[in-house]
Amino acid sequence: MNVIKKKINRLFLHSFLIFIGVVWLLPTFGVLITSFRTAADVARTGWWTIFTDPLSIKLTLAGYIKVLTHGNMGRAFINSLIVTIPSTILPILLASLAAMAFAWMKFPLRTALLAGTISLVSVPLQATVIPILTLYNKIGLTGKFYGIWMAHTGYGLPLIIYFLYNFFKEIPHELLDSASIDGASTLQIFSHIILPLSIPALASITIFQFLWVWNDLFIALLFLGGNPNAAPLTVTLSTLVGSRGQGWELLTSAAFISSSIPIIVFFSLQRYFVRGIMAGSIKA
Amino acid sequence: MKTRPIIPWLYLFAASVLILFFLVYPTINTLFISFKDSKSIEFIGFKNYLYVFTNDATKLAIRNNLLWMIVFPVITVSLGLLLAVLVDKVRYEKILKSVIFLPMAISFVGAGVVWRFMYAFRPVEVGQIGFLNWIVVTAGGKPLDWLSRGPWINNIALVIIGVWIWTGFCMTVFSAAYKGLSSEILEAGKIDGANEWHLFWKIVVPMLMPTISTVTVTMLVFSLKVFDIIYITTNGLFDTEVLANRMYKELFLYWNLGRASAIATILLVASIAIMSISVFHRSSQVT
Repeated sequence: MNVIKKKINRLFLHSFLIFIGVVWLLPTFGVLITSFRTAADVARTGWWTIFTDPLSIKLTLAGYIKVLTHGNMGRAFINSLIVTIPSTILPILLASLAAMAFAWMKFPLRTALLAGTISLVSVPLQATVIPILTLYNKIGLTGKFYGIWMAHTGYGLPLIIYFLYNFFKEIPHELLDSASIDGASTLQIFSHIILPLSIPALASITIFQFLWVWNDLFIALLFLGGNPNAAPLTVTLSTLVGSRGQGWELLTSAAFISSSIPIIVFFSLQRYFVRGIMAGSIKA
Repeated sequence: MKTRPIIPWLYLFAASVLILFFLVYPTINTLFISFKDSKSIEFIGFKNYLYVFTNDATKLAIRNNLLWMIVFPVITVSLGLLLAVLVDKVRYEKILKSVIFLPMAISFVGAGVVWRFMYAFRPVEVGQIGFLNWIVVTAGGKPLDWLSRGPWINNIALVIIGVWIWTGFCMTVFSAAYKGLSSEILEAGKIDGANEWHLFWKIVVPMLMPTISTVTVTMLVFSLKVFDIIYITTNGLFDTEVLANRMYKELFLYWNLGRASAIATILLVASIAIMSISVFHRSSQVT
């Protein structure tokens, strides 16, 4: 009797989990199929036709070709790279220097400054953008890539400092002491001991910052929004959605182009990816 | 480590300048602007705050943010916790977790497109291309315009987009914490004859409480500041407005710096309140 009950329970468990899995995958799957269908088919039937009437399905790359050439998505892809790469490298470089000071050097007000920096993680970006935008407009920095690089660097710093500080201070101090006795300078200790030992942490936080900037819409709208030539993928995609008469075969292709890099990173570096997201989740 | 006194400041210099310029100075300045008029010239006292709390559009935004802050954390945290415990029992745990976490990789803008397509609506005669309406029609119902049917259907439909994105995050955090529970405690519970349900409520939930409260705070803060999902799907139409989107409109549609800053300040205060409650909660648990 007990065995039967157990079997029924297992059956429920599997059905529930598989149901959840299907529900979670289905929306993305539908978009993926649609992005390869012809405009005429998409307007006429749903993507599930691939199951209900598989012989009638014609697949094409037309949607992708059209958004890349006419929909500005090609330009936007390049812009996303131009925005994201410096906005990832700069804050991690500066934050690792600051985290080094907080973790291993003695100076007045260290604890207070560290606590102040960490508490800034709770400041929502909304509370900072208006004065920055006003100033950027005055000195002509809106619509410029270096303007958004600096903004992403400033906004990213507190969290990255906090994350790297936590990692750096766990490094056994005997390692640093013996290097110090051997006559290594602070910079040598930083670049030859601290950084190499922190590669897993640096990988996680790099992936987080990269995805945060790549997927960011708010900052891009504010600081680059007025300049269509500088618009990254998220902004261009949202403009495509907003403009009337865009076929779903174009929107779905565009959505996949904009998600391609994050999805590749997710599947190839899953462990660091998940850790990075966890680390960054408290970001405001 | 011994260094000359100047060295630490050299390491801190660049980061400090940027943090002061992009976070400290503008946050304080926003507070000032929130008490000034639309062009940020004259001080007008609490008028902007009065506007936010009395105007119909902003009151609606506050209501919707509250709706988000109640419904969204409840669903993501409970579903995430349930899944974390359940996936532990099956062999396809890894692949299922990847599937549920995947939406986190797609941008919120991308997720908005994905779900606009799920919710797509067309008149009965032409046939449906949105999956949900296809199911409704196949089951004999009338197709529904999910995103414009206020006040509850469309707001819940939007919350579901958030749930789809964030449940994987909650599940992954809970799963890590759950695997960290000592198996002896769980085994002892089983030997004492507790069934799975009891085990879950009497042992798993209390022991995971610190993690649950941290994740809940993260979800609360997200629902406070939700922007992308709304901007890309309804842009606040049909009674789906939220504060962050309203602030964007005050800034770029109405060019009212004062009101936009007042909304920003409200978000700031609420965010700090939520986070400090959690810090207080955590430190009181430790002692």
